[in-house]
Amino acid sequence: MTLSLVIGCSLAYISLLFLIAWWVDKRAERGVSFVNNPYVYSLSLAVYCTAWTFFGSVGRATTGGLSFLGVYLGPTLLAPLWYMVLRKIILISKNQRITSIADFISSRYGKSTTLGVMVTLIAVLGIVPYISIQLKAVTFGINTLTHFKSGVIPPSPDFWLDAGFWVTVAMAVFTGFFGTRKLDPNERHEGLVAAVAFESIVKLITFSAVGLFVTYGIYNGFEDLFTRATFREDTARMLTFESSGITTFSWNVLIALSLFAIILLPRQFHISVVENTSPRHIPKAMWVFPLYLLLINIFVLPIALAGKMIFDSSIHPDTYVLSLPLEKGAAWLALAAFIGGFSAATSMIVVEATALSIMFSNHIVVPLLIRMRSIGRNNLVNGAARLLDIRRLSILLMLFLAYWYQKSVGNTYDLVSVGLISFTAAAQLAPVVIGGLYWKRATHQGAVAGLTVGFLIWAFCLPLPSMAQVGIISKSFVTDGLFGIAFLKPYALFGVTGMDPITHAAFWSLFFNTWMYAIVSVNTRPSMLSLTQADLFVNIHKYISGQEYDILKREAKIGDLKAVLNRFLGESRSLWLLHEYESLNKVVLDDQKTAQADLISFVETNLAGAIGAASARVVIDSVAKEEPISLDEVMRILEQTREAVQHSRIMETKNEELKTLTLQLTTANDQLKQLDRLKADFITTVTHELRTPVTSIKALSRIILDDYDRLDEERRTAYLQIIVNESDRISRLINQVLDIEKLRSEDNLRPMEPLELTEIIAAAVNGMQQLFAERNISCSFPHTGESWVVKGDHDKLVQVVVNLLSNALKFCDPVNGRIDIGLLQKGGSVLLSVRDNGPGIPHKAREIIFEQFTQLQSKEQGKPQGTGLGLFITKKIVEQHNGSIRVESEPGEGALFEVKLPLSEP
Amino acid sequence: MDISGSSAKILVVDDEPNIVVALEYLLQREGYEVRKAYNGQEALECMEAWTPDIVVLDVMMPGMNGFEVARLLRQLPALELTKIIFLTAKGTERDKQSGYASGAEYYMIKPFDNDVFVSTVNEIMAYG
Repeated sequence: MTLSLVIGCSLAYISLLFLIAWWVDKRAERGVSFVNNPYVYSLSLAVYCTAWTFFGSVGRATTGGLSFLGVYLGPTLLAPLWYMVLRKIILISKNQRITSIADFISSRYGKSTTLGVMVTLIAVLGIVPYISIQLKAVTFGINTLTHFKSGVIPPSPDFWLDAGFWVTVAMAVFTGFFGTRKLDPNERHEGLVAAVAFESIVKLITFSAVGLFVTYGIYNGFEDLFTRATFREDTARMLTFESSGITTFSWNVLIALSLFAIILLPRQFHISVVENTSPRHIPKAMWVFPLYLLLINIFVLPIALAGKMIFDSSIHPDTYVLSLPLEKGAAWLALAAFIGGFSAATSMIVVEATALSIMFSNHIVVPLLIRMRSIGRNNLVNGAARLLDIRRLSILLMLFLAYWYQKSVGNTYDLVSVGLISFTAAAQLAPVVIGGLYWKRATHQGAVAGLTVGFLIWAFCLPLPSMAQVGIISKSFVTDGLFGIAFLKPYALFGVTGMDPITHAAFWSLFFNTWMYAIVSVNTRPSMLSLTQADLFVNIHKYISGQEYDILKREAKIGDLKAVLNRFLGESRSLWLLHEYESLNKVVLDDQKTAQADLISFVETNLAGAIGAASARVVIDSVAKEEPISLDEVMRILEQTREAVQHSRIMETKNEELKTLTLQLTTANDQLKQLDRLKADFITTVTHELRTPVTSIKALSRIILDDYDRLDEERRTAYLQIIVNESDRISRLINQVLDIEKLRSEDNLRPMEPLELTEIIAAAVNGMQQLFAERNISCSFPHTGESWVVKGDHDKLVQVVVNLLSNALKFCDPVNGRIDIGLLQKGGSVLLSVRDNGPGIPHKAREIIFEQFTQLQSKEQGKPQGTGLGLFITKKIVEQHNGSIRVESEPGEGALFEVKLPLSEP
Repeated sequence: MDISGSSAKILVVDDEPNIVVALEYLLQREGYEVRKAYNGQEALECMEAWTPDIVVLDVMMPGMNGFEVARLLRQLPALELTKIIFLTAKGTERDKQSGYASGAEYYMIKPFDNDVFVSTVNEIMAYG
């Protein structure tokens, strides 16, 4: 196969990817998201499967048997755990506009510039080997396709003749185009994600095609292949776990490493968190992604076994995927497989390099430039364009670092070994990330300490010895230990042996990393900002519900903030953002005015999307004055806030209670005033009513006293009779006033007993018989012998009847007076009626007749005897017995008083 | 005291018959000609044909009250010289002012003293 054909196909394939990305981006600009889909999300996650998987797994299987499965089992077995952690990270990152793993860690520990730099360095240095194996795989692939059987060509000393060099250049250009086309504040690249998802499909199809070709084309299915494999000692060994040379401990370490890698590798973080369009895609990805891993691993063992059986050891196992079809004359399949591997490598490189370049520019270059004052407040250079240039440059730098590593070190190791070095590096971020998510007490110092120790041990145990191996640095520390101390041998730290280098390095680096992180955290005090960020990360659910507090007191000119936004996001984008802010908060931003804290936070968050939280913070600091607040003060503020909130809540409740109380009091006061007025009226009336008889008594008794002898017998007797009558009137009045007072004070207090109503009427009529006789009034009470039992107070009910009879008596016709008493059942009540044949009651009077001191007078009869309290008292008593009283009358036709009382249950 | 032979005429107006009894006795004992009315309407009817020298007037009466009676009385030219004595249980300062405002010359509070009442009437008859 000619080189030009291979390059031509590769270029055509890359063009296709560009086309896909361009089309998706175009759609995204029109608001139609292609990648907002759980399957696209899951496929894009499969960027996890790189050339390592495509070529390396087969190679690994030939030497380590089933151990190649380790890095896929982690994400599969621990998918539920992954779900929890990933979901939380996504929520936090969307809330904080986090754009990379470095940004995430830096944000968590108080937007620390130091941590941003550290994580970026660890990521770049740790991932360089990983990128290098992609370059190596592509180079290998091209060499295999073009020089199959003519022997592996030695790497050319002149780089322009070296395929790897040109592969690197091509990748750099490709990545530059894809990852840095525009500066998006959210670092979302829909086109890139779509291309990656597409590549995942290509990977799976081409690899499975080779697998099917080997299994069914070269052999007669799985059974045939596996049966043949068991006949050979070396291939039979590949099928057992024991002989794979992997201990249980190594398995566990491998699973843990891959679990960390699935989230913490910069490209995985970028795809699964930064490019995530919705947390709702995670549940589906939880099974689609592991399914993908399963499918792509099905044919690893068949290809490895076939390669071993066919080539023995004449060909590097990492190239079996290509060389098996070539050997069997399926050149086109080999080319397709190469495109698959090329897909795996390019997707990894593009995403990884994009993610790393974001970190590199945001956490190393930008802070540096800000410090050098070359961008910032007083500089008019277009920051956005400059940022993109910085990213392109950093991509180039990283790829050539990877090229150098591949040329100098990578060639001596197989793909998987080198890849695992990177996994171990990424795992160093695990303690600070997981601790940061769930442990509020973790401090910035703890994170720095843990990362430093972990990284140093990793570097000492893995990349440095590999460099020594190829002679870049002295080999003595590997064989004799650091400074000749045997305890410090990079493959046997503290004299512990029996582990493979990866397990050994992962164990010790993570062991010390975690302990340092924990111990230093416990013994240091978090800064104020770190504390608020910690709360935000650990209790993210509290914040996404919308409650967010800004305890920083910052001030900045709105004009300055606008300028800063313009510089980093471009004019149109920042104009749009500010407009959004204005309409959202219903304010108009005046350049000359001082910005409120929430506007500053808004600008900072959006800026963080472009240049990372730590840099955004530094930039904002350059335009904003901040009053320094100590931790104690913050705690005090938080405490006060809480207290204030509690207080205001209590006050609110109290206020409500007070309002109710006031209302009650006002009502009560009104009632009291009313009562007071009534009482005053009552007293005035009573005194007037008392004065009248007293006047007669006094005047007449004085007359008798003065003129005793001059008065004749008849007149004396008449005057004395008046005195007696008026005295009775006074005592009656006094009794009734006392009755009213009693009625008021003992409402419903007297025990109610069953009473026979006819007996009560009889008692009242008997008491008045004398008066009826005197006035010649006939009183009829047709007693039918029926029983009417009501519950009540005997004396009071008698008083009711007496009052009604007295009233009737007063108004009866003076000549033929007649009073009729009647009883009638109505429902559960009895109606007691008293009818007289007097002049009747005028309409107007009927309404006031039951009020106190209402006395009626007729022209014919003059003033009647009475106090004006009788009917009032009667009504009160009836009401006490749950009854009612009413009057029916037409002028000239007498009056009918009717008392309604509930009948007692027999 | 009028010694001209034609005795002075006095109208007593009160809705309390027993008080009227006492007032009638006291005034007749002094030799005055007494007529009685039990409410305002009766009093005014009485005065259409009979011009009293003094009207003894209660305030709290059913129908027209004493103040109203006094005001109407004051509008009758024939009764220009008639003196009005209020004799009432309403004893506040404000009641008194209302009484004078309605055209009365004297205001006495119940219960009254027989001697004070009689001498007041005598004084009016003697000095106008």
